[in-house]
Amino acid sequence: MLAMTIVEKIFARNSGEEYVKPGDIVVVDVDLAVMLDMSFLATERRNILKVHDADKIAVVFDHMVPAADRRSAEAHSYGRDFVRRFGIRRFHDVGPAQGISHAVVADRAYALPGTVLVCSDSHTCASGAFNCAARGVGAPDLLAAVTTGKTWFRVGETVRYELSGRLRPSASAKDLFLHLAGTWGHHTNQNVEFGGPALPELSIDARRTLAAMGAELSAEFATFEPDDRLIDYVRERNPAPFEPQYPDADARYAERRKVNLDEIRPLVTLPDAVIRNSVPVAEVAGVPIQQAFIGSCANGTLDDLAEAARVVRGRKIASGVRLLVTPATQEVFNAALRWGYVATLMEAGAVVTPATCGACFGGHMGVLGPAETCITASTRNFKGRMGDPSAKIYMASPATVAASAIAGRIAAAAEVTGDAA
Amino acid sequence: MISGKIWKFGDDINTDLMLPGPLLFATEEEQKRAVFSANRPGWADQVQTGDIIVGGLNYGMGSSRPAARSLRNLGIAALLAESINGLFFRNAVNFGLLALECPGIHTAFEEGQTADVSLEDFTVRNRDTGALLTAQRVPSMLLDLMTQGGLYPHLERQGLIEPKAAGN
Repeated sequence: MLAMTIVEKIFARNSGEEYVKPGDIVVVDVDLAVMLDMSFLATERRNILKVHDADKIAVVFDHMVPAADRRSAEAHSYGRDFVRRFGIRRFHDVGPAQGISHAVVADRAYALPGTVLVCSDSHTCASGAFNCAARGVGAPDLLAAVTTGKTWFRVGETVRYELSGRLRPSASAKDLFLHLAGTWGHHTNQNVEFGGPALPELSIDARRTLAAMGAELSAEFATFEPDDRLIDYVRERNPAPFEPQYPDADARYAERRKVNLDEIRPLVTLPDAVIRNSVPVAEVAGVPIQQAFIGSCANGTLDDLAEAARVVRGRKIASGVRLLVTPATQEVFNAALRWGYVATLMEAGAVVTPATCGACFGGHMGVLGPAETCITASTRNFKGRMGDPSAKIYMASPATVAASAIAGRIAAAAEVTGDAA
Repeated sequence: MISGKIWKFGDDINTDLMLPGPLLFATEEEQKRAVFSANRPGWADQVQTGDIIVGGLNYGMGSSRPAARSLRNLGIAALLAESINGLFFRNAVNFGLLALECPGIHTAFEEGQTADVSLEDFTVRNRDTGALLTAQRVPSMLLDLMTQGGLYPHLERQGLIEPKAAGN
């Protein structure tokens, strides 16, 4: 009778209710509200007169770092004053702690299992990898969370993805996402929950890719079941206590879908839409490209950079192609330096940029010009997303993007490396 | 009763079409002029205060950017769609845009027809064909914000944020 899914349990706990169910509206305590540089833009910001709890706020500059123009520079100055004024301790300015907010939250394990996290960016659901009820909200919602400590959620039905098997070396979490998006399309007003026997073999980085892309399914929340690997990851990084939430065995789901990871093959999303738009790489192989991008909260992880480096090692990118690689945080950048991935990428001809949302949203460091074609390992490929509306944006895994940069046209990684597909 | 002329759009209308990335740093006035500039150039100049948008499935998928505000600033009286992305719905609440999910709406209306929307019983009537549809009920806590200017005025009244200076 009182069986609940993961997010329903987190909502119940944070709203003081015994039981919540689809159709309910809940008002919940927010454990962490993440503000961005965009929160402080002169055209958008409001003067905050009080905050509920400075320790439940993190400020992460990420969309335009280092400041790309005078407007972002002014927003950064205002944000620094805000941080000082309210004594916010978790502040990620331009510098060694810089990064894309969802990735910073992951590196530091600010997103604790069983908690509620909001941020005014749609890919906030990335923290669902941490068994966290995390979602993107609007700028006014975020101010409400910062000033009152609360927010509201509509409780949607949940679709459970039961993952089994193991990804082949040629397939990645991004390909798995493209398979889900291509097969089932949008999940408007629904939550997605990931679990199953494949989980222990799925790296934390892979889970983050899948959870971040939950926004593209239009899912309300994209949440992973906790396991030992996750709990160890969090404990190594954050001493704060937490209580992971597991779904009840008899929780009610709108649907349970089984996915065998062994069957996932590299896919590409065609331009202008993410969902129901995936095709095998072979179907678009040969399309000439001018830009290849690897980055964002979804594909700027250390796993992603390792994959890109593996594909380009000892090779050169094609003439007339720009390969841009943006690690998701400076911490990831540093790790990639230590592992030699950055040297490998640069020797191949890649430009490795500082951590920022940057090219993913057409902000800076890789904006597309008229009629250009780009293949991207980032979050979305909407018309005009990365620059000029006449540019065509294909989306794929970091390996497929790296291989395409080498070939000068869309190509499967196996074709470039000679490995078995 | 809210009545208005219908503009019709399809499935999966995304936020970047309503508020293109390069306009994120622009003024509200500049932003509203750019609505649908990539997929329907010139539309923002044709639309009139009081008009209604009818959308298909998954309306407003995408970013947290204040795309709903641009529709409100263009004077859109209501957005009626088969289904609405949760984040876009939040921003409709946040910025005071009436947004209702109404199954069957996309086939029930042709562009240029007139809709009568009742918030008493959440019905939508096609004045031209007589077709009557029922929208999903929005709880009063959220409907009040949608119809009374959104969340900022609410936060201002509680003394949590400073009222915005006129003309800013």
